[in-house]
Order: sequence, then C-alpha cells, then structure tokens
Amino acid sequence: MTPSNARSTLLMAPALAWLTALMVVPCGLILALGFFRRGTYGGIEYTFTLENFGLLLDPLYAGIFLTSARIAGTATLIAVVIGYAAAYAIAAAPRHRQPILLFFAVLPFWSNYLIRTYAWIVLLNREGLITHGLRMLGYEGEPPSMLYTEGAVITGLVYNYLPFVILACYAPLSRLNPELAEASRDLGASAFTTFRRVILPMTVPGIAAGAVFVFVLSIGNFITPALLGGGRFQMIGNLVYAQFLTANDWPFGAALSMALIAIMMGLLTLQTFAAEKGAGEAREAADG
Amino acid sequence: MTPLLSIDNVTKRFGRVIAVDGVSLDIAENEFFALLGASGSGKTTLLRMLAGFETPEEGAILLDGADISHMPPNRRPVNLMFQSYALFPHMTVEANIAYGLEMEHLPKAEITTRVGEIMEITELSPMARRKPDQLSGGQRQRVALARALVKRPRLLLLDEPLGALDKKLRAAMQLELKRLQHEVGVTFIVVTHDQEEALVMADRVAILKDGRLLQVGTPHEVYEHPANRYAADFIGVMNFIEEDGKTIAIRPERIRIFPDTADRTAKGKIVARAYHGLDLQLHVETDLSQRPLLVRVTADAADRHALAEGDAVTLGWNHTDTRQFND
Amino acid sequence: MAERTPASRVGLISVLILIFAFLYIPIAVLVILSFNAGGMPTAWTGFSVKWYGALLGNADILQAALNTLIVAVISTLIATALGTLLALGIETRRRKGRALEALVFAPMIIPDIVLAIALLSFFSLLKFPMGLHTIILSHVVFNLAFVSAVVRARLKTFDWSVTEASADLGASAFTTFRRVTLPLILPAVIAGALLAFTLSVDEFIIAFFTAGAGRSSTTLPMQIFAMIRFGVTPEINALATLVMIVSVTALTLSQRLNRGVIAP
Repeated sequence: MTPSNARSTLLMAPALAWLTALMVVPCGLILALGFFRRGTYGGIEYTFTLENFGLLLDPLYAGIFLTSARIAGTATLIAVVIGYAAAYAIAAAPRHRQPILLFFAVLPFWSNYLIRTYAWIVLLNREGLITHGLRMLGYEGEPPSMLYTEGAVITGLVYNYLPFVILACYAPLSRLNPELAEASRDLGASAFTTFRRVILPMTVPGIAAGAVFVFVLSIGNFITPALLGGGRFQMIGNLVYAQFLTANDWPFGAALSMALIAIMMGLLTLQTFAAEKGAGEAREAADG
Repeated sequence: MTPLLSIDNVTKRFGRVIAVDGVSLDIAENEFFALLGASGSGKTTLLRMLAGFETPEEGAILLDGADISHMPPNRRPVNLMFQSYALFPHMTVEANIAYGLEMEHLPKAEITTRVGEIMEITELSPMARRKPDQLSGGQRQRVALARALVKRPRLLLLDEPLGALDKKLRAAMQLELKRLQHEVGVTFIVVTHDQEEALVMADRVAILKDGRLLQVGTPHEVYEHPANRYAADFIGVMNFIEEDGKTIAIRPERIRIFPDTADRTAKGKIVARAYHGLDLQLHVETDLSQRPLLVRVTADAADRHALAEGDAVTLGWNHTDTRQFND
Repeated sequence: MAERTPASRVGLISVLILIFAFLYIPIAVLVILSFNAGGMPTAWTGFSVKWYGALLGNADILQAALNTLIVAVISTLIATALGTLLALGIETRRRKGRALEALVFAPMIIPDIVLAIALLSFFSLLKFPMGLHTIILSHVVFNLAFVSAVVRARLKTFDWSVTEASADLGASAFTTFRRVTLPLILPAVIAGALLAFTLSVDEFIIAFFTAGAGRSSTTLPMQIFAMIRFGVTPEINALATLVMIVSVTALTLSQRLNRGVIAP
C-alpha cells in the first residue's frame, strides 16, 4: 500500500468518528458542565458560573486534593524504587530469560483490578491471613488494624501499578549499551559511581514516564480507596463518584474531573519537556 | 628486563566452549601490538581479560611483574577503547574525557589542564561542549581515544578501533593512531580482524585461531614466513599448490608472467582479470591446482603483453619465494 | 554483560524472588482459598470444589457472566475492526499530526473515572436509555485504542514493498489487502482482539456508570464489586479464580501470537 492521505483518512474515519462521538464530545460536555450552576434539586441550571472551580480551593476539597496527592505520591515513590530494582534485576538476567521474567512481572497488570485489590482485603482483614500469621507466631491481644488505613491504600496502589513501573523502567535499562557501564568501570569508577553517574541519568526519562502514569492513575483512583480505605480515605476519584451518584452535584463533579485532567496534562507536558532536554539536566543532577 | 605485560598460559572457557586456550605472550613497553584473528578466535575475550571484564580460569596476567588477573577493571592501570566507543551520551566531549580523571579524585585544576592537553593533541578542542550525537564517526573515535589516553594508562587496549569508520578515513586513522602512540608513549594493544590494518600499524602481530596462538612476529615475518597454512591464508592473498602430498604456497606478487628465468614454470589460461588501479589481478587456470592461480601484475606489464581473458600465458617463480606446509 | 561476582548475582536473584513473591502470593492465596472446604481464610479444612458449585447455582452471577460475555464479545469485534482500520490508516499516512497521535492515545491514559462520568453525562443529557448497549459503545472507545496500538506496533516493522509487489503482479488494492496485508498482520490483530477482550471482561468503572439502573445490565466486575463490599465470602474466591483463569489464558495466547502485546 503506497502512502495516500485520501485512503488513509477513509480508513481512519470510522474509528475517529467513534472517538469523537464517545470521547471528545462527552469530555467537552464535562468541561462545559463545570461552568454551570447546580440546580436547587440536583440537576443543572444553565447559567454561567466559576464557582465550581472556586470550590476546588475550599479547604475541605483542597485538603482532599492534598491527601490524594500525598497518597499517590507515596505510592509512586515506593512503586518506582521497587519497580526499578525489579527492572534492573530482569535486565541483568541472561538475555534468553528476560522475556519470560518480564512477561510474568507484567501479567498481573492486565488482569482484573478488582480481584487484585480484593486479594489484599483477604490478607489485611482483621480475621485475615496476616493477623492469623501473627497469632501463630504467638501474638496475643487485639490484632493490629491494617485494612482501611492509608497504608492499605498505598499498598494496594503499589501492588496494582508495580508491573507497569517495571515495564517502564525495563525499557531504557534494556536499551542501555552494557559497554557504557563497562567503560565507566574501565575509567576507574566503582559499581556504585557507575550506577549514579551513568546508568541512573540515562534511565531517568523512562522512570519519569512510568512515575507520571502511576501518579495520575493513583490520584484519580476510585476502587482502591473505596475497598482498602473503606471510605475513610477519600481521594479525588471517590469525590467525583460521590458528586455523580450520591451528592448529585454534576457541575462540581465535572469541575473535579477537569482538575484531574489538568493535573495529568500538566505532568505529561512536564515529563515530555524534561525528557527532551533530560539528558543535560540528568548530567547536572549527577554532578551536583 | 621484565616485559611490561606477561600473559602466562591463560585459558578461558564459556561453558563447554574454549574461548582462549593456553595463550602465552610477552609485550614490551611502548610496543604497538596487534591481536589478529577471525571472529570467534578468542581475541576479544583475551582483550577483555586484560581489561578486567573477564577473569582467566587458568594462568596469570602480569603487569610490571604483578599479577592483575583478579583485579577489578576500575583498579587496573589499563584502559580500553571500546569497539562501540561507549561514549556517555548524556555528557559533553569534555565531560566524557574528564570522567576518568574525576574517578582518580585529582584536583579540578589538574583535570582541566590534562583534558585541555589531550583535546589539543586529538584536535577535539573546538568540540569540547558538544554531545556525542553531534559528532561525526571519526570525531567520536577520537573522543573515545582521548578519554582512555588522558588517564595515562600503562597499557591501552583498542577493540577494533577503526571498525566503524569508512575505508578512506580508516586509512588516515591508521597512521594517526601510530603518530599518537609515539607522541604519548603508551603501549597499545589493538584487536582487529583486518589483517591489512594490523600489518600497517603494529610493531608486532599475534595471529589467533580457535583460542590458540598460531604465530607471533613482526608484520614482515608473518607475511613472508607464515608459520602454517592457516596463517599463510589469513594474512594477505596466497596461492596453494598441492604437489607430492605437500602444500606449496606462493604469493600472487611472486609469480611472474613470461619469465626469462624461473625455477619452476607452468602454462595456463587467463580466465578472469580484475582491475585494482596500479595493478591487475589475473586468474590463471593451470594443471597445478583446482582453483585458478592468482597472479598480480603491474598495469604496465599487462599492457605490454596485451593480456586479455582467454589468452595463454606462461607463469614462473623461484623456489626461494615459496613456502612448504606439511598439513 | 561483564561477569558478575557471585555476591551480586545472589543479590539480583533475591530481588527477583522477593518481587515475584509480592506479585503472586496475594493471587495464589485467593486461588488456594477457593478450594478450601471450610471457606475461611484462617483454617484449611480440606480440598473441595463446592464453592465453584455454589457459583453455578447463583442466578445473579450466571446472568452477570452472560452480560459480561455479550459486552466483551461485541465490543471486541467492533473495536478490532475499527482499530485495525485506524492502525492501517495512521501507518500509511505521510505525516502524522500531534493532534491525531494525542487523540488515539488519549483513551489509554485518560483516568477511567473521568471517561465514565463523561459518558454518563453524555448519555443522560441526550436522554439515551442506558443498558448493555451503552456499556458496549463505551468499551469500544478504549478497546479500539488498544487494538490499534498493537496493530500499529506490528505495522512499524511491516515491509510495505510486499504490497507493491502484489500490485505489480496485478492484484487490486482490495485483493492485496485480503491476500497479502491481512494474513501478515493477522497475528497482531488477533492478539489485539484478545487484549481488548480481557480489558472488557475486567472493566468495572465505565460499565458501572454507563449500565443504567436495574440489575438486568449488571456485569461480572459489578457483581464482584457488590460482593466484596458485602464482605469476604468463599464464592468470591472461586469467582476470582475463574475470572483470572480467563484473563491469563487470553493474555498468554495474545502474547504468544504477537510478542510485545503484554510485555516486550
């Protein structure tokens, strides 16, 4: 098939039409909804207002944003550290074993999110396996409360997104010419210095891509805080859910979603920007 | 006098494959030494053992009389110029060159001076602030060289140093490397599969095959007096004639056409001729060998005899120009 | 790679063992408990498949499973057709604009809660009745993006000169597609379809928001969510195990057909 823009457009048309009708238009609608007033009995009153976005700055909601950012940030940090170590170990394994290791590391990511989260309820439950294990070790008294804590939410997020981080970190690590590390050793650097000054700076863009993705998915997460946080730890995702299904304040829910999208786009832009001139910055960071 | 480097009966296996098999070699200070072999000959493994990236299973590697076989690469006064150059893509030319000196924790001023000096010698000063991806192949090669040389190693190892360059640049760099080696006074060991490169640059050449050392000698020795049939075939072009269960070898340039006098003559027919600029290569079919004999004649001589495909020619040579192998 | 010291090799292998334990022990616990006769996580009271039997007797679960199958199959079929055409369209284009790239990438990264409420608002403002059909329409959005990503990856290494050869030998554009292009990209298309199928089977939030009122359009993940909120029960373990088996089978097949779908 030779390149032809007319035929290409024809081939793309059905899919693009679908995406336009069922993604672009609904998202535009949400954006518009954010500028309308909430009706007295729920519903929408079609008068222009900025108060939904003003409400985002309300200490109550700003607090939820900060909590969400803290939880998502912690989960991202932990996932990146563990994921990088895993990716490094996989990239260091013999070449012929790497595909199978990677496949099994990533497989859980594509399987059911609810079930993976549920598994942690079974483990962290007051009558769950970890409590039981502690009792067997001779622990007396009231079992520690593990489920419905911030720790449980973070554990769930790390567990669910770790495979993705492994994949994101593995890509730059596996592309790294092993001779670069050897050259560094040959020039007198220790293994640690080689890691700090050569391997890490060169793989930072990959890590950043993974981290942004995990942060965005975590901060907008709904299932994990609902199931492992037991509703005690409201995050933005739960707040959006509540505006649409219980509080019936769609315009505010729409404004909240736009804030989520804005955070996502902001971070993605930052990451692309950093990746483009990343090499230089990475070097400065390594020198500093 | 102890040699600078002494490779003493070194053996290295990878699983069941013997990569290097009982190699012993002495290399003197300031020598330009070439390890020559086809791929799989063990030359790269040997080089990596010298750099410290592999450890010998048997034998020892002595540098200035001290055993360095198990010394990690970052402690050895030996540097390697990688075949891929392995320049750090996130660092400038300057930073790449300074890296190894920073590892020695030298004062900043000294680092700056030495980096400046080596960039001067290698003509890299104008590119100091560029990144490796903004350099040409030849410039990258010089950065890799400067980065290793700036550390003033006892021994510089070069893995196929000219492999990534095009033919014309390669010829220029062969001489350039030799000049640099003189200027900095460092012992060079070059690994190459290109016999011409080895002959042009090196003071001495070692030929490796299947992990074993076949022959060590000056370029003249290995060219004119190959130790065995493989070495004869590997270095330059060689004709082989089977006679009375023996193999006679003779270089194409030692065969003359229509000789006035010769110890041995043979009649043949030209089946092909290939133009090489200054001279011509003739493929001459004779009764002496299955394959046509290769004969090198000057373009001048070819014109004089008006040689064309299909012509009958008489070839001749002297016994002193032949070598005999029993294998 | 250079030789590693035995110590660093042991270190790297330990890292891998710990991480795989972290990833797989929670899942393994579920699977083991699903065969526990007593049903409680704290005591093993013998092997039994009775919880699987209990699932078969649960009409709600069977209905949800059927709904999920309908949604997944139909949305996968539509998404595979549209996604493949989209991939062919993009990869045969001379210049790919940033906007186009962003548009086809967006469904994969947009937070699902946002897409879910956007679709809910859209359907309700249009007064479009919601049910399984709206879930299908919505699932196609992200499914077609994933199918096109898989097919595009294959087309990146596709040697277009074979299609020119086919044309040169007298085949029409359509015949060339049917006899040359499609057979060559088919493994990627099927792999993409299997991935879409799994994503659709497992998808909860968008289905939850676009299913409309009433039990009739409940999908399996919605059923599981409701059960989990109710508490830990042995039936969930059995159901979770079955759903995992379906996902893992489809994903493994997908990866075998076209390396790089799940992992490079």
